[in-house]
Amino acid sequence: METAEEIRDRILARFPGAAVAVVANPGPGAQHSLLLGAAQAAEIARFLRDDPGLRLDFCSNVTGVDWLDREVAEAARPAAPDPAGAPAKGAEAKATRLQPGFLEVVYHLYSVALKHGPVVLRLRTGNRKDEVTLPSLTPIWRSCEFQEREVFDLFGVTFAGHPDLRRILMWDEFKDHPMRKDYVEPDDYEWEPTPHGDLLPKARRHYPAAAKEAPAP
Amino acid sequence: MSVSGFPAATPAPGPTVRSVRDELHGDLLEVSMGPHHPSTHGVFRMVATLDGETVTRLKPVFGYLHRNHEKIGENTTYLSSMPYTDRLDYLCSMTNNWAYALAVERLSGQAVPERAEYLRVILAELTRLLNHTCLAGFLLQDSGASGTPLMYAFREREKILDLFESLSGSRMMCNFQRFGGCRTDATPAWLGAAGALADGYGRFLDEFEELLTGNEILMARTQGVGRLPAALAVSAGVTGPVLRASGVDYDLRKVDGYGAYPRFAFRVPLGAHGDVYDRYMVRVLEMRESIGILREALRTIPDGPVMDPKAKIRGFRAKPGEVYSRIEGPKGEIGFYLISEGGPNPYRYRVRPPSLINLTILEDLCLGHTIADTVVILGSIDIVLGEVDR
Repeated sequence: METAEEIRDRILARFPGAAVAVVANPGPGAQHSLLLGAAQAAEIARFLRDDPGLRLDFCSNVTGVDWLDREVAEAARPAAPDPAGAPAKGAEAKATRLQPGFLEVVYHLYSVALKHGPVVLRLRTGNRKDEVTLPSLTPIWRSCEFQEREVFDLFGVTFAGHPDLRRILMWDEFKDHPMRKDYVEPDDYEWEPTPHGDLLPKARRHYPAAAKEAPAP
Repeated sequence: MSVSGFPAATPAPGPTVRSVRDELHGDLLEVSMGPHHPSTHGVFRMVATLDGETVTRLKPVFGYLHRNHEKIGENTTYLSSMPYTDRLDYLCSMTNNWAYALAVERLSGQAVPERAEYLRVILAELTRLLNHTCLAGFLLQDSGASGTPLMYAFREREKILDLFESLSGSRMMCNFQRFGGCRTDATPAWLGAAGALADGYGRFLDEFEELLTGNEILMARTQGVGRLPAALAVSAGVTGPVLRASGVDYDLRKVDGYGAYPRFAFRVPLGAHGDVYDRYMVRVLEMRESIGILREALRTIPDGPVMDPKAKIRGFRAKPGEVYSRIEGPKGEIGFYLISEGGPNPYRYRVRPPSLINLTILEDLCLGHTIADTVVILGSIDIVLGEVDR
């Protein structure tokens, strides 16, 4: 099994200039992943599936991760020369910057033919609000069909090119995306309009004295 | 012509009149099977479009049991998620526990003592026997053999559940594995009882197979039904016995060699046709291999602790990092994807549900078959809705 760096180099040899980076995993398992740019992700995925040395024909797991905006400590790198000639603020190593949040879709690929894996692919959206479209990999691995629908349903990532992008676990009329980290469960999400709800205002008009006791609908 | 006493039916004027023949042969019928239907093994719905009796389109609808298991897992500690994994595939809580424990152990670099590895193999193979036995019973129930085969299967299931109960305290919600071993040790009496069960199980399978494997009705209902080509199975991420019935040699016990499995010799049964009958036969043959693994493991289980003494149970925190870890559950590849940021809870907790992903190909299998066959095909995929909906 090739390392993530070797696979990255192989991709770059095939697609010069493609946006591919290795994301290191500090855990003991050291499952490093490949961060792909959205533009060429589908082509690269097809290459990974068909390349005779990799043959990643089995996409086992597809999932989303929600990364909120977070303050990250600026790495204590040597201060870059300021073009305006102002004194470099090298002493302030504790500077933080706001890293904008994004949604991430993670694919775990294996090869049934060559019995190796996993190769981890990551795709990231531009932000968490309006730039949430990523290319669908369902045309390449059929197993992404339901799992990308699940990511769409629970995280709100839109997959361009998915044949049947609908909610899968929540009901169709549901509005929000419950797996997002800032999701707040509504107090009355099981409330639905009933005749009883319409009758209460009428009752209030007919019986003004009783209106004080009737609870607000 | 009129029936006596009634005026002759005169067709209404205009172009809207159609003959009965056109209506029978032109219209498609949409049937919504479920969510409350005994053949769907839970709250599951199939929206099937029928041309006569033939399925031309079939969309599975689920989510009725959705409780956002993954969100619960992100909001509780690592250990607190363990009982929740029992409720995923509630027939196979032992393998769910193992899959989750293994993921956390790989996330934190936790070692597991030798005896616990053997005990886990024993419990996983008992779970495989339990699941496949139930499934064979359900398959016959689905194809119309009402009652008797299912009762035979459930009689054996009870024996395994008794073993689980005496070891873990619970028949189905075992909550038995921990990060770094097993919760309690098995007594010699328990190991003896498990050995007696393994010795007797082959006889039950012989009896079961004598009734069913060569049964003409079963063969007529299942052979050539719901064929799954190997290429589609791999592409659609189908795992477990359904994949191997299509002839793809991919068993994670061999491929990944996790736990103590590399120490046991066993064969991986493969199907040739990928139809419902092959899926049944692969499961029966897998049970026979499981019996062999069980007997070998019970014979060679080493003495020692079942819990790593350095393992931290309360206040457990994993180092930052992420891991995807998978094992061969009875239904297929059950995996857990965990992202740790060093806190007491995982930042991301994801279950890879084999039941859900095996459903991807349900429509492909059912197209062109009759509506009665969809029941058998669904049964042969082997889903549990607690895991599909999570």
